[in-house]
Amino acid sequence: MQKKISTIPFSGTPEQEAKLQDAIARHKEDPGAVMPVLQEAQEIYGYLPIEVQTMVAEGLGVSLEEVYGVSTFYSQFALSPKGKYNISVCLGTACYVKGSGDILNKISEQLGIGAEECTPDGQFSLTACRCIGACGLAPVITVNDDVYGRLTVDDVPYIINKYKNA
Amino acid sequence: MYRSNVLVCGGTGCTSSNSLTIVHKLQEEIERLGLKDEVNVITTGCFGLCALGPIMVVYPEGSFYSMVKVEDIPEIVEEHLLKGRIVTRLLYQETVEDDTIKSLNKTAFYEKQKRVALRNCGVIDPEKIDDYIAQDGYAALGKVLTEMTPDEVIQTILDSGLRGRGGAGFPTGLKWKFAAANDADQKYVCCNADEGDPGAFMDRSVLEGDPHCLIEAMAIAGYAIGASQGRVYVRAEYPIAVKRLQIAIGQAREYGLLGKDIFGTGFDFDIELRLGAGAFVCGEETALMTSIEGKRGEPRPRPPFPAVKGLYQKPTILNNVETYANIAQIILKGPEWFSSMGTEKSKGTKVFALGGKINHTGLVEIPMGTTLREIVYEIGGGIPNGKKFKAAQTGGPSGGCIPEEHLDIEIDYDNLLAIGSMMGSGGLIVMDEDNCMVDVAKFFLEFTVDESCGKCTPCRIGTKRLLEMLEKITTGKGTLEMLDEMEDLCNYIKANSLCGLGQTAPNPVLSTLRYFRNEYIAHVVDKKCPAGVCKELLQYTIEKDKCFGCGMCARKCPASAISVTDYTAPGKKKPAYEIDNNKCIKCGACIESCKFKAIYKG
Repeated sequence: MQKKISTIPFSGTPEQEAKLQDAIARHKEDPGAVMPVLQEAQEIYGYLPIEVQTMVAEGLGVSLEEVYGVSTFYSQFALSPKGKYNISVCLGTACYVKGSGDILNKISEQLGIGAEECTPDGQFSLTACRCIGACGLAPVITVNDDVYGRLTVDDVPYIINKYKNA
Repeated sequence: MYRSNVLVCGGTGCTSSNSLTIVHKLQEEIERLGLKDEVNVITTGCFGLCALGPIMVVYPEGSFYSMVKVEDIPEIVEEHLLKGRIVTRLLYQETVEDDTIKSLNKTAFYEKQKRVALRNCGVIDPEKIDDYIAQDGYAALGKVLTEMTPDEVIQTILDSGLRGRGGAGFPTGLKWKFAAANDADQKYVCCNADEGDPGAFMDRSVLEGDPHCLIEAMAIAGYAIGASQGRVYVRAEYPIAVKRLQIAIGQAREYGLLGKDIFGTGFDFDIELRLGAGAFVCGEETALMTSIEGKRGEPRPRPPFPAVKGLYQKPTILNNVETYANIAQIILKGPEWFSSMGTEKSKGTKVFALGGKINHTGLVEIPMGTTLREIVYEIGGGIPNGKKFKAAQTGGPSGGCIPEEHLDIEIDYDNLLAIGSMMGSGGLIVMDEDNCMVDVAKFFLEFTVDESCGKCTPCRIGTKRLLEMLEKITTGKGTLEMLDEMEDLCNYIKANSLCGLGQTAPNPVLSTLRYFRNEYIAHVVDKKCPAGVCKELLQYTIEKDKCFGCGMCARKCPASAISVTDYTAPGKKKPAYEIDNNKCIKCGACIESCKFKAIYKG
């Protein structure tokens, strides 16, 4: 499965970096340190942006290519962060013919991000999913665990505002 | 000494249905009634009967409470634990017979089982090393280190006939013998706990329910081959298993059962955990070792075999969790005891994760040679809703589907291979008449295409082409010639792939082609899906004489494919509706909305 690479500017804190450097220092001498360090890095940052991968590569004295190769090989490593609210738009057939493509575009326009991306403030991420089995409610989106059905494009700003102000 | 022991399952299945809240409530109620010094609450590993979770057993009576709810706890504590009156109403009903209560071991689910690898699961507290030691834990390690030479240990395992439980069934003793024969400054004992088959959870249960048996067996293996280092490669997706294993390793070190100079014999052995990161291919031995080295988990050609050059280019043995779970028992009870169970070429027992269309979903351990019929109909309690058995799938994405005509086959490595499936690690998924076998093959191919590491061409491109053909067939674009093309491609992928993943990836297709060819033919010739699964081949129809003309379906239809006709059925007041199959997107919303069951698919 191809991974979507985040374009959000990296916003790591000095505390996070200190934690990462500590993880690197603890594993530096171990053979095969790349994976355990990346696992800790993902716990610290939530995902593995290229800046973090670069720090890992430099810290462990291996090439960035090797670190990147590992982070893209295993499904557990995320290259893109998830927002506080993850909006999933059903692109199953039933929803699609009822205009979920338009809904996706509207959300994307409102948030300024594409599918599989996250807003710079970390509030929202957007995913396009396959059928969630609520065809009778088409078109459907979910925001974390809340389900919204029978949507029109005009409903989109209202739903997003609800979470913006939450 | 406690008057009563209450065992609550703390495996992943029961934990997901709140068994830990039950434990808290139990402790609260026991405290409240002042029974703290009389009643002991133990959180155990998996009992196996996951379908009935959360599970709780009270000893000495052996009362088996199933699907326990937090609200029931005050009643159970007060009635049973305080007043000694079993709450029959809340027991697993199969254990209640008129006025008597059967022991758990006499129920259909447990009676035919033989628990060797799972012997401590659901019996001991996996977070207490003393519980394990009380069940003869670490006695085998002591015996090996003080009374046996490494050669004698290997001979014992060879004599037992134990074969690898990870899937391929290579004789374990032989593996150890090869690694022992190679001299090196460092050797490794590895454990494959990266259970990646969708629908299999045998290893997880052993790790969660009896982690010390793995540690003990790895130390025995270390002594046998001359290794002082062990690595357990465990899935990061198994947080409970990882935690219990960490606790167990810490306790073993504290007791001097891992580390330097174990039992004062000068033997050193220690174990480290490595977490996997979600790659199915890492179940293959060379890929797993590459992954422990911190690289992309791609397999490499063999030879050299791991026994010569494995982890960090040193001689290495790799066994899976269930294989190790048998070792200590073989040492203590002798190879003859072990080889007395099973069939001629497959000794001992095998754990299966029963799932799919079956009443008793859960974990079962049976002697090799038990028939599939016994597993499905006796232990598994048959198929729900009176549906008809269609196939049993073993071996996950590497295995095949076993049809009804082979239900009486005695399960062992060789018999399963002969009918085009394989033992695999032990997933056993039952399918009924509502499952489409072409769709099942497609499901597994989607999985292998996703998980193929991409290193070798036959697997990377071959599985993709195979999936494309299956997609054509399930959408009505297949041809008869395509079936032969698929078979050729399958054989090509099997013969030319580098590792086990590619070599077995075509098995789901080959076995369904072999036993369910008529279903494929229905898809490509009649353009029908007999099981009603493949959406593109379905047609939804309104039976006009049953239609009351309420119009509910037309309002629910997301594609506006339903319209009113000018036909009014006799006895009805409004005209009937009909579906335009050119517009229909087969979502099924109309069937669900019809109160009069006037719509059918087929």
